[in-house]
Amino acid sequence: MIQFLFYLFAFAAVLGAVMCILSRNAVVSAIWLMGTMFSLAVIFFLLGAELIGILQILVYVGAILVVFLFVIMLLNLTHAASDLRGPVSLGTTIVVIGLLLLELAALWRYTPRRLAADIAQSPMLADPSTLFAAGELSRQDAAARGVVGALAAPLFQTYLVPFEITSILLLAAIVGAVVLAKRRI
Amino acid sequence: MPDTTFLGPALGLSAILFSLGAAGVLLRRNAIVLFMCIEIMLNAVNLAFVALAQLHGQSGYILVLFVMTVAAAEAAVGLAIILAIYRHKQSVDLQNINLLQG
Repeated sequence: MIQFLFYLFAFAAVLGAVMCILSRNAVVSAIWLMGTMFSLAVIFFLLGAELIGILQILVYVGAILVVFLFVIMLLNLTHAASDLRGPVSLGTTIVVIGLLLLELAALWRYTPRRLAADIAQSPMLADPSTLFAAGELSRQDAAARGVVGALAAPLFQTYLVPFEITSILLLAAIVGAVVLAKRRI
Repeated sequence: MPDTTFLGPALGLSAILFSLGAAGVLLRRNAIVLFMCIEIMLNAVNLAFVALAQLHGQSGYILVLFVMTVAAAEAAVGLAIILAIYRHKQSVDLQNINLLQG
């Protein structure tokens, strides 16, 4: 059942991405992208990252995509002509993306055992349960303290400085967006 | 460990989505759709982080949080730049925005 759900929503995510690239109307693109984001949120749930799935819906669908739609409607771009690039660019894209997919498709066959064999120093150490003990520990932590608590502890201890720098980044982005959107720069 | 059966498929899906996003960036000329394709690529990376966080613990999830923050900041500033350019050129077609080509 979970297997079926995973592949169903994986297909939905890929379909949404393809239609987002191919549809001529920018609003339609944004709606297909919304489908991709929702499908990815479901996949995050299936992978055991409930908080990330909820944040995906809140931040991406609730904030970022709404801003996109807002700008599209503000600029009145709904009836644009086709803007796909020419045949030369299409050929380049197919070659580059084909090579990229060919390299990345090898990831499909990865299992924890194979990953452990790849990154372990010696074959003796390539036991997934000892090499990836952190994953099991964090699962127990999440079971004991809840998903949010287990995520908050490292965020405010190990990753405190990057977290604070993020707030400076957000402040700079707010000020930058206001300055850029003013009528006279 | 029931979750980790999806490690390979999740990484593969992430690869497909990343390639689709890159293809969109190369193919489209509409600046706003190009931004959407960048969001697809960032989402693909998020999926890879979440898939590997099953094995490596919470730090993967925290990196996803940072990626989301950067994506939000990037969308805000990028769309403001597009608005400023539209006011200047009356177009968001990247073919008309070639000031740096001299």
